[in-house]
Amino acid sequence: MSDTLAIENPSLEDPKIFQFHQEQAGLEVDWFKQAQQAAWARYLELPLPVRTNEKWRFANLSRLRDTGRFQPAGGELSQVTVDRIVKASHRFKEVAGRIILADETLAAPVELDPELGKKGIIFTTLTDAIVKYPELVQKYFMQQSPELGSEKFEALHVAMLRNGVFLHVPDNVEVDRPFVIYNWTVRDKGAIFPHTLFVAGKHAKATLIEFQESASPGTEHLVVANAHLFADDGAQPNHTIVQNWNQNTLSLQLNTNNAWSDTNAKSTLINVGSAQARQEVHGKIFGSGSNVEMYALNVPTENQEFDQRTLQTHIAPNSRSDLLFKNALIGKSRTIFSGLIIVEEDAQQTDAYQTNNNLMLSEEAEANSLPGLEIKANDVKCSHGATTGRINDSELFYFLARGIPRNKAQELMVFGYFEEIVEKLDNQELADYVREVVQHKFMD
Amino acid sequence: MSNLEIKNLNVSINGTQILKDFSLTVPKGEVHAIMGPNGTGKSTLAKALAGHEDYEITGGEVFLDGEQIVGKEPDEISRAGLFMAFQYPSEIPGVTIANFIRAALTARLEEGETFKAPAFYKELYEKMDLLKIDRSFTSRSVNEGFSGGEKKRCEILQMAMLKPGYAVLDETDSGLDIDALKVVADGVNQMRGPELGVLLITHYQRLLNYIVPDKVHVMFDGRIVQSGGPELAEKLEAEGYDWVKEAAPAGAGA
Ligand SMILES: Nc1ncnc2c1ncn2[C@@H]1O[C@H](COP(=O)(O)OP(=O)(O)OP(=O)(O)O)[C@@H](O)[C@H]1O
Ligand SMILES: [Mg+2]
Repeated sequence: MSDTLAIENPSLEDPKIFQFHQEQAGLEVDWFKQAQQAAWARYLELPLPVRTNEKWRFANLSRLRDTGRFQPAGGELSQVTVDRIVKASHRFKEVAGRIILADETLAAPVELDPELGKKGIIFTTLTDAIVKYPELVQKYFMQQSPELGSEKFEALHVAMLRNGVFLHVPDNVEVDRPFVIYNWTVRDKGAIFPHTLFVAGKHAKATLIEFQESASPGTEHLVVANAHLFADDGAQPNHTIVQNWNQNTLSLQLNTNNAWSDTNAKSTLINVGSAQARQEVHGKIFGSGSNVEMYALNVPTENQEFDQRTLQTHIAPNSRSDLLFKNALIGKSRTIFSGLIIVEEDAQQTDAYQTNNNLMLSEEAEANSLPGLEIKANDVKCSHGATTGRINDSELFYFLARGIPRNKAQELMVFGYFEEIVEKLDNQELADYVREVVQHKFMD
Repeated sequence: MSNLEIKNLNVSINGTQILKDFSLTVPKGEVHAIMGPNGTGKSTLAKALAGHEDYEITGGEVFLDGEQIVGKEPDEISRAGLFMAFQYPSEIPGVTIANFIRAALTARLEEGETFKAPAFYKELYEKMDLLKIDRSFTSRSVNEGFSGGEKKRCEILQMAMLKPGYAVLDETDSGLDIDALKVVADGVNQMRGPELGVLLITHYQRLLNYIVPDKVHVMFDGRIVQSGGPELAEKLEAEGYDWVKEAAPAGAGA
């Protein structure tokens, strides 16, 4: 390694930040280093988003234009902090594996049930995987992109990413217990770029659950995360992200779900945290006989903004995709849902559904919904729709007439409204946890 | 003063007066039936008693065992011991019957009391068996996709679990086939006793064959115009309401 580069304030504003950060990471894998270099050049070149771009319509851009002051995370954390984080990273009685990252650094050794290791399952940090299985990682790393407007931030993510998780489940291996990731932000003004790569081989079945949290409520963060799911023929991957960064966080989550033939691929986003969360999800269906489900449960409160853009692209015939994004808006919060179903010419006999529901719990909240269809095949079943409604008065009266107080009634109705998503999580402990975080939003 | 006492109740909806100096007293332990033509204000009475905000009480008083309930919130009235079985119960997506009843019972706990789940389920299943409601219904969303008869049985199940001092049953018999009618009537009869007063709103003599009332009242144009024993229901069945209209005191009707 050359002489260590010294810079005064290692923020994203510093022209030497990339070189500095890459040297600090010290990862000597050529293809990866080159990918990062190219990404940095792309990041510098690409313009910041503008509102006139359809992909950023309704979005609040001021925060996104002011990311320079954040410092890419790195360096040692105090043992007290690490201990506290590890203790709090415990939401399941039994897991298949667990990875805890604090500011992109391992807070505890990677846990993987040795029996599963023997079956060929890889569950480790992304950097470890890049070193140990460079070709396997390269085969999937950044091979797909959401293509939904955040190209500049995607480039920043690749250039700056320090860590993440690689889960590879080989052909014909099925795991019932979940693999769990806890991703924490710690240092004030820290920026992190976590990357999740979930590869399910032929007829493999596994669940990956990712918790995104902050160690304290008062710190400020930038998070540019990616998660990419690859489902080979017959695979049944299930991926859930519980986004609960603190309320001063600007987060971007750029995801793709890629399905080949006869898969059952499910991904769910639970959103409670962040000041502003931009999420892009692109479901791409390359094979026939697949069922791709994309769900989201969002509870924005106060001044939070959740901005979600989705694509369901049917490339192969005879597959199904189902998207259901549900919001319950409180306070002055805002949501944006923009979803598009694309059915390519060859994708005959496609069934594609897209629904966005908004439950307005305050007069001041604002829900924007932009559903869309682009169908190039002629024999398809597609539907899209958005609804925006308030608590139904006669339903509310029914609760009251049974002696249930108004605030409890509202809470139960919101739970009822979300139950449709919660029951699809297929995991009792996760469902209970999600109900708990939703309930917390009502107590604030 | 163990009674439900309604005194000169005046109720308007959107400025139109529906109940006109309505007065009626149901002593605890008795079952009273109210019959009357469509649109006469029977459901209005039930909803106004339950505290629905759309039903504006412009005058009068309602006492539940001596306690004034006019002006109270609907949930307070319910917890004070008045139950209303809806003519058209709402569907509540995503909230199971078990959780719904549980929330209603939890709201009734005294300070320091805790909810006892095993005892709750035991009792819930007993009452469901009695009302011939399949146990799988506990995990179904309240009234969602229920048939008309299932909804009505679910209302009586809630009443059985909440054990109110007084119950207003608004056309609980409508939409029931003869077997379901017997089941529901049995359920109500089982609860009948010195601790319960019932106001039974119905159009049909048929229900009163199974739940024999202590008194029958005929309602017309927002007030009671005739009161008597069960034989009054038979007379209505045979002769309809025309004679009631004629017999109505001056000022009632157009
Ligand atoms: N929410 C409402 N808004 C406007 N008018 C109403 C409302 N509810 C009831 N009314 C009117 O009040 C009158 C009494 O209605 P109510 O439902 O109390 O009658 P009812 O005696 O229960 O009739 P039925 O035997 O058909 O159930 C009717 O003219 C009805 O149209
Ligand atoms: Mg009625």
